[in-house]
Amino acid sequence: MPGERGRRNTLERVLRIDQATYDALVEHAKREHPVEACGMVVGPIGSDQPVRHVEMVNAAGSPTFYEYDSSDLFQLYKEMDDRDEEPVVIYHSHTATEAYPSVTDINLASEPGAHYVLVSTREHGNNPGPVEFRSYRIIDGVVTEEEVTIVDTVTPAEESS
Amino acid sequence: MAIEVRIPTILRTYTGGEKAVDAEGSTLSALIDSLESNHPGIKDRLVEDKGAGLELRRFVNVYINDEDVRFIGSLDAELSDGDQVVILPAVAGGAA
Repeated sequence: MPGERGRRNTLERVLRIDQATYDALVEHAKREHPVEACGMVVGPIGSDQPVRHVEMVNAAGSPTFYEYDSSDLFQLYKEMDDRDEEPVVIYHSHTATEAYPSVTDINLASEPGAHYVLVSTREHGNNPGPVEFRSYRIIDGVVTEEEVTIVDTVTPAEESS
Repeated sequence: MAIEVRIPTILRTYTGGEKAVDAEGSTLSALIDSLESNHPGIKDRLVEDKGAGLELRRFVNVYINDEDVRFIGSLDAELSDGDQVVILPAVAGGAA
C-alpha cells in the first residue's frame, strides 16, 4: 500500500508473483523471441494480486515494438470489466536490450496502478537459460524499479491467526 | 441526445474520477467537443493536429458499440442516441 513518500534508495515497492505465472511469462518471452512477447496478468480490482495470465498477440510482430490488436484490446478490457478485474502486471519482452523501460515504453505507459514487467531474452533467445525479469512503476513519465518476490501462491495468505 | 462515454483510468483526472460520463454529438468530433466543454483538457489527450486537420492520436483507441472508429470514419464516425463509446489507450511499447 502506498505510504508516505520515501527517501531511501532501496526498492520500496514489491511485485509479488507466483512461480507458475513467472515461469509462464518467461516461457512466453522465449517462445516469441526474436519478436517481442506481450500480455497481462490481471487480478481482482484493488487486490494487487496477479492471478490470471492473459497472453496477447503482438500485432506489430516486431523485434523492437509491440502493440495489442485494437479489437483484442477491447475484448480484454470488456472481459476485465465483466469480471471486476484490472491489469496488475503488464509485461513485454526486449529481445536485444536490457529489461529496462525504453522511452517508447515510458511515453506509452497508461496504467499508473500496474506493475510493468520487462523480460529480456537477449542472453539465451529461444533456448533454456536465465532471463532478466524486472518490474517497474511508470507514472507520469517517472520510472521506479521495484522488487520482484516469487511466492508459491499470491491469493490466500490473509487468514489472521 | 445522451451518449455514455467510458473513460480509461489515465484520463479520469479530467472527469473527477468518474469512469463514465455522458456527452452529446452526432459525430465523434462533436462528441469530443462536448466532452471538452465539461472536462477541459481532455480533447488534447484524444486528438492532435499534424498539419492536415485534427485526427485521433495514434495511440488512442475509441470504440462505438464495440467497433474501432478507425474502421467507421474515425472522427467523422456517426453517433446516435443510446450508443456507447469506449476510450482505451493502446497497450504498446517496445525497445525501439
